[in-house]
Amino acid sequence: MSKTREVLLNPIFNDNPIALQILGICSALAVTSNLYVTLIMCVALTSVVSLSNLFVSIIRHHIPTNVRMIIQMTIVASLVILVDELLKAYDYESSKTLSVFVGLIITNCIVMGRAEGFAMQNSPWPSFLDGLGNGIGYSLILIIVATIREFFGSGSFFGYEILVLVQNGGWYPGNNFALLPLSSFFIIGVFIWLLRSWKTGQIEEPEYRIARNNLETKEVKPRI
Amino acid sequence: MFEYYLNLFISAVFIENIALAYFLGMCTFLAISKKIKAAAGLGVTVIVVLTITVPINNFIYIYFLKEGALEWAGLPNSNLEFVGLMCYIGIIAAVIQILEMFLDKFIPTLYNALGSFLPLITVNCAILGASLFMVERSYLFVESVVYGFGAGVGWALAILALAGIRERLKYADIPEGLQGLGITFITVGLMCFGFMSFGGIVL
Repeated sequence: MSKTREVLLNPIFNDNPIALQILGICSALAVTSNLYVTLIMCVALTSVVSLSNLFVSIIRHHIPTNVRMIIQMTIVASLVILVDELLKAYDYESSKTLSVFVGLIITNCIVMGRAEGFAMQNSPWPSFLDGLGNGIGYSLILIIVATIREFFGSGSFFGYEILVLVQNGGWYPGNNFALLPLSSFFIIGVFIWLLRSWKTGQIEEPEYRIARNNLETKEVKPRI
Repeated sequence: MFEYYLNLFISAVFIENIALAYFLGMCTFLAISKKIKAAAGLGVTVIVVLTITVPINNFIYIYFLKEGALEWAGLPNSNLEFVGLMCYIGIIAAVIQILEMFLDKFIPTLYNALGSFLPLITVNCAILGASLFMVERSYLFVESVVYGFGAGVGWALAILALAGIRERLKYADIPEGLQGLGITFITVGLMCFGFMSFGGIVL
């Protein structure tokens, strides 16, 4: 039981796909200006990654190693097409806003990375949970980023107005910077900083250390 | 006519830079940009792959998948757009496989330089993204060649610039938790600001 829990919960903080594994960043930036759209993206990605892990794991003994990428790709692509068509049928507006980004789930490295790195070696049930855990870890960051961007950018939370904008006769001049996609780079950067201050094991070793400024040593070494 | 293609090229490189304006191919962009040499190899590979795959996908889209495209085969009511994604990714995977075998056989020096990057490119969203943008904007064949090449050059330019900055950045005194990935995110954010200034250019 504890192993199952570990497989599910580990990717959320200890081995987060975005903050540590550098996977699936593209969509984290472009679709986070509005919480509702972000949530749809999160559900789509989580279902694709957990189901693709499940199916890859079920047939893992029958996949020849040479063509495994193409087979994994086909499984992922069929799932993504399914999600895309469902979204077009039930929520056409959001599917327009997400435009190419639903299709890009195929090349979202989380999906391929987990299929290759976990599902090829493990049995179906843990693989499914691993996919679910990674999907949730991804969603967590996306939701945090989207909440911050929507709150400061348009003064609302999930579409409900909290800070009344100047254009609507209120007092809050919306922060246009938060509405730009590039603001999420700064938010994720700071989030990684906070996460690593908490889980210090994730800090990367610098390749080059600057010598301490020590007054006792007379010799001044030139800095490069 | 030439002017039109030049405009398309310049806007694909700078104004609609696929890395810094559309944020595609970010995973490889952040992961393989520690050294200028590796970044340059990856950049060239992306240019080559994009210049080949975007026109092929354009051909497939116009003659097979588009609504009514199968008229030449006697099927005027066909609309296969829904399998588009699968076709594009299949073409990309196949082209990369063929390119790898071709380089291995005929140009071994180039293969040794690019070899390790080729499999990575299959799951690079910049490649699929460019094909999807090509379909969304319904480019014609020649336009798609120019767009594919321009998008590749733009991506290569961006990763070279980032690798250059990161090579200098390792001598900077950065707070512990921000070391590595954290500061890279912030650097890329600032680079995007720079590229936003191209947005005001009207060609």
